[in-house]
Amino acid sequence: MTSRVWGIVLDSFGKILLPGLTVTIPLTILSFTFAIIIALVTAMVQFANVKVLRKIARFYIWIIRGTPLLVQLYIVFYGLANVGILLKPFPAAVIVFSINEGAYAAETIRASLESIPVGQLEAGYCVGMSYMQTIRRIVLPQAFKTAFPSLFNSLIAMTKNTSLAANITVTEMFMVTQRIVARTYEQLALYLEVALIYLIFSTILTYVQKWGEKKLNITEKSEV
Amino acid sequence: MAMLSVKGVKKSFGDLKVIRDINIDVNKGEVLSILGPSGSGKTTLLRCINFLEIADEGKMIFDGVEYDMHNATKKQISELRKHTGFVFQSYNLFLNKTAIQNVTEGLIIGRKMPKDKAMKIGLDALDKVGMLDRKDFYPHQLSGGQQQRVAIARALATNPKIIYFDEPTSALDPELTGEVLQVIKKLSDEGMTMVIVTHEINFARTVSTDVILMEDGYIVERNTAKEFFDDPKEQRTREFLQMITNTLGED
Ligand SMILES: Nc1ncnc2c1ncn2[C@@H]1O[C@H](COP(=O)(O)OP(=O)(O)OP(=O)(O)O)[C@@H](O)[C@H]1O
Ligand SMILES: [Mg+2]
Repeated sequence: MTSRVWGIVLDSFGKILLPGLTVTIPLTILSFTFAIIIALVTAMVQFANVKVLRKIARFYIWIIRGTPLLVQLYIVFYGLANVGILLKPFPAAVIVFSINEGAYAAETIRASLESIPVGQLEAGYCVGMSYMQTIRRIVLPQAFKTAFPSLFNSLIAMTKNTSLAANITVTEMFMVTQRIVARTYEQLALYLEVALIYLIFSTILTYVQKWGEKKLNITEKSEV
Repeated sequence: MAMLSVKGVKKSFGDLKVIRDINIDVNKGEVLSILGPSGSGKTTLLRCINFLEIADEGKMIFDGVEYDMHNATKKQISELRKHTGFVFQSYNLFLNKTAIQNVTEGLIIGRKMPKDKAMKIGLDALDKVGMLDRKDFYPHQLSGGQQQRVAIARALATNPKIIYFDEPTSALDPELTGEVLQVIKKLSDEGMTMVIVTHEINFARTVSTDVILMEDGYIVERNTAKEFFDDPKEQRTREFLQMITNTLGED
């Protein structure tokens, strides 16, 4: 690489990293938090077999998993504008990523809940605990341990998927990179550079995941 | 008056009639053992009595309170369960809790008892089953026999008026059954009211006041422990005891 390219790469590193820290990470954290809340409710109404809500949950999962994330972003940001719902780019992105990931995480959590032996619930009843108390204190913590690796993978995936928000004008890392490219025409170097920053983010998360799994394993083990 | 009185329980799973028409009375301080071949409905009966399974029909009077076994409300059921203990064949210890947490959970969460009071009761219960030195162990760090003893402590801690045991030793290696049976024996000596489903004939003989033979969803015979084993009323009981003794002999 020429020194001109090196200069551009070095000069833009901070410029790309900054929206990484101020947009990509907050977008991911907010969206993932909401996603988990949505997923917990969606999984629980199915697990507890709550009549109408269970059907609504299935419908929601069916719609979300059956349509592309990019299309969902377009519908919410550009589409809803047609019916007078004007959202700012960042909130629109948070809404779409939360709802999208919520559907996938709901399935992960539901499967984990169903993997907990029914004897755990029955034992809770038999020592005088209610359904919700047993779920909260006994079943969910165990299900969480089962779901953790898979949920964490989703978190890593979401970190990278937030780059799609560039399509709805969120000035996150990839959007900023594209702007620098438009000025300098150094596509290869700059796209590699932003890829590298995503890689650093993912790598850090992978270490956090390993640490978390280890921590969970110290206190619990599902098999005897 | 009987501590527990169950009248006309029936339960089917689809076309399979598992409990056909059963009446049982258990007096305070009594230990009732239920014997019977596999599939005769023993587990289902215990589960119906503690509402883990909802019977198709039946009435129950527990400690003076009457329950419709088919139509009891959630509130009635949870009130009832505050006074009963249940020990499962597969222990069912809370896998994410230590031994002491297993024992105190029902007190602190289920009964809103202050932590220090629950802790004191919990430690006493663990001491009683000889598990005090393992109080901070998780279930996966305990042997089957130890897990079952913690499970018994968990039932004891809630100060139940009756404890139901569903084959408490049949998931255990033979060398571990002794420690569990010993604990149950101790409870019976202290006057705890218990209903015990078991295949351990010798244990049933020493621990029970009364014994029932169940078959095909019916009670074949109910008798005092002594009569049941030494001079049963029913030919079928004789055959059953014969069969069991033979299998034991072959082991
Ligand atoms: N939830 C269920 N659904 C369908 N059938 C069931 C269910 N629970 C029990 N059964 C059937 O009911 C019958 C009685 O079962 P139960 O477990 O009460 O017998 P048991 O006397 O406890 O036998 P064992 O000595 O083997 O434990 C069996 O044929 C069993 O397959
Ligand atoms: Mg059984």
